[in-house]
Amino acid sequence: MHIAEGMLPPVQCAAWFAASAPFVIHGSRQVLRTVREHPERKLLLAAAGAFTLVLSALKLPSVTGSSSHPTGTGLGAVLFRPPVMAFLGTVVLLFQATLLAHGGLTTLGANAFSMAIAGPWAGYAAYRLLGRVTRATWPPVFAAMAVANLATYAVTSVQLAIAYPDAASGLPGALAKFLSLFALTQIPLAIAEGLLGVLLFGFLSRAARPELVGLGVVPETTDA
Amino acid sequence: MLSRRDWWIGGGLVAAIVAVYLVSFALAPAGADFGGTDAAATGMLDAEPWVRPIFTPGSTELESGLFALQAALGGVILGFVIGRLTGRRK
Repeated sequence: MHIAEGMLPPVQCAAWFAASAPFVIHGSRQVLRTVREHPERKLLLAAAGAFTLVLSALKLPSVTGSSSHPTGTGLGAVLFRPPVMAFLGTVVLLFQATLLAHGGLTTLGANAFSMAIAGPWAGYAAYRLLGRVTRATWPPVFAAMAVANLATYAVTSVQLAIAYPDAASGLPGALAKFLSLFALTQIPLAIAEGLLGVLLFGFLSRAARPELVGLGVVPETTDA
Repeated sequence: MLSRRDWWIGGGLVAAIVAVYLVSFALAPAGADFGGTDAAATGMLDAEPWVRPIFTPGSTELESGLFALQAALGGVILGFVIGRLTGRRK
């Protein structure tokens, strides 16, 4: 998900910044509104940001013999809706771009679009869709975490394919090349991230039940 | 207070996470170096960066240390939240 500094053409950097900016600005307003109107939710907000901070710092081994990052954005998307994660995820990416030389400032717009916008929205969509099929809480939460992870890398593949189309097969060929690099590696990571999300959500649904009820994430009457 | 069922579910989830990584290691090609896919993707690009990072860690050890610092920072915040929420329930 971390496209390195200077690896996207300047015009595409600007385009991804333009695409991401409205989401991030709206997300920052949502965070401020949450803190102002519901100060009791600050702890959960911190948990959502910290979860992404921890998971995106980990480089975990996978079946392909390479390693990659989880994203941790699905949990915040479920708890606070995706706009909040657009801001929190971008803060994490900015931290990594400036202090870790991972990602970059020129590619921040593209990386924010994949990890902080597309991932959380895709995860939230999976959460809502599965929530209509089952009354149990864990399958939608698992799906939200796993899909957010996989969607992030799918979008990164699209971004790289647009920037570097294959000489012979064009954009589809390049997309297949980058997807094949990321997809198989991410599957075990997405499963593990989903399981970890279910574990943390199970804890929060007991320890922070009043906040989760207030957010409309768990019902008031039945156990999660 | 966590019930016996909660402990079993929590333990089962932790065991499943560990199992995912054990299976990943077992199925990985022999002699794999587990290099990062981000770096692999960058290596596949037929281009030179048009701008350099404003800061580059001097060594891989320092880079790993900074990533550990990020994880630790997140872990401290997450631990604080879990501690506060747990304390509130008692």
